[in-house]
Amino acid sequence: MSNRAIPATYATRLGDNALVLGQRMIELVAASPELEEELANANFSLDYIGQARMFYTYAAECEGGGRTEDDFAFLRPEHEYRNLLLVEQPNGHFGDSTVRALLFESWYVLLLESLTQCADEGIAAIAARAIKEVRYHLRHSSQWLVRLGDGTEESHARVQASLDKLWCFTGEMFVADELDDAMLNEFNGPDLAAIELQWQKNVAAFVAEAKLEQPDDQWMASGGKQGKHTEHFGFLLAEMQHLQRVYPGAEW
Amino acid sequence: MVETVYESDQIMEWLSQVPDPEIPVLTITDLGIVRDVDCSNGVTVSLTPTYSGCPATEAIEASVVAALEDRGVSDVRIKRVLSPAWTTDWISEDGRKKLRVYGIAPPERRDRPVACPRCDSSNTQVVSEFGSTACKASYRCIDCLEPFEYFKCL
Repeated sequence: MSNRAIPATYATRLGDNALVLGQRMIELVAASPELEEELANANFSLDYIGQARMFYTYAAECEGGGRTEDDFAFLRPEHEYRNLLLVEQPNGHFGDSTVRALLFESWYVLLLESLTQCADEGIAAIAARAIKEVRYHLRHSSQWLVRLGDGTEESHARVQASLDKLWCFTGEMFVADELDDAMLNEFNGPDLAAIELQWQKNVAAFVAEAKLEQPDDQWMASGGKQGKHTEHFGFLLAEMQHLQRVYPGAEW
Repeated sequence: MVETVYESDQIMEWLSQVPDPEIPVLTITDLGIVRDVDCSNGVTVSLTPTYSGCPATEAIEASVVAALEDRGVSDVRIKRVLSPAWTTDWISEDGRKKLRVYGIAPPERRDRPVACPRCDSSNTQVVSEFGSTACKASYRCIDCLEPFEYFKCL
């Protein structure tokens, strides 16, 4: 890979995580349990989609091939998306989407923290912008985890089931592939092993405070970083890309 | 053809009249998002976005171009600057006053209470960490009972 190709591909992957989670949250607009959550959720999706736009625009700039942020979002097929499997999981009930956000954001905050120090100035600048938002998101998702876990018998049981169900998607966050290694070695990028240790500690603290049980070590799903997605992802893309697929180049 | 060369102070003065589209009592210079004006080759205005997904970013860029064109500046370019990231510390003292008069509590450090913009009481309570825009939270004053918005510290 050429030197410029590494940040381009890496920024695309970061954009994919942000866009897919942002799109999942958009699906929840007008479906939140209360008005405050409605506002919170809509604000979060705006942040994530804004981050995705910055990452894609930067990736296009690195490539220098004339692609735009829209080409990345709307014209790539499923296997070209490199987001984590966790973020594409369906919203389920409120406990499911809370746990999904908490597990991802606990990791994303650490990743962004490290990226603000990386040698690629473009990615470092976007990370510095994004981390301020994601810290706020994590505060929100962790507060809800505690409220649900330490809430009623019903909410406790349901959020525990969410945690058990989604846990198998956390493994691939820490499995470094060729691109992660290239970012680490050539651009002083994130060390996923160090992030894993910190993540384990932080998540264990949230789980304990919420009076939940951390799931046992188990088989972990992976494939997102290689473009092999779960069956839910195609439906998400079909909805998100519908307009550009049917009316190519449509603008408003 | 003689090209007019502008002074950056003059451009800044004009920019200080461009309102923020979401909080129109504030101008973009009150907000602290104008990072630089470069008049060496046409006019390049460097702006920094507040939040990543702030829908006002593009509207602000368009109104900067329009404001300068109205004054006869033809060659206007906008540069988006991400680093250093915008912080609410860059809101000017004047901007903070205008916010308070408008009914929005200006950003405070975490360890300080948020004062009610109407009665100035510190006896206030957060209703929701979110408000009508990404940058605000919803509060209420326990003393005068007014609900109000708080510009979050970022």
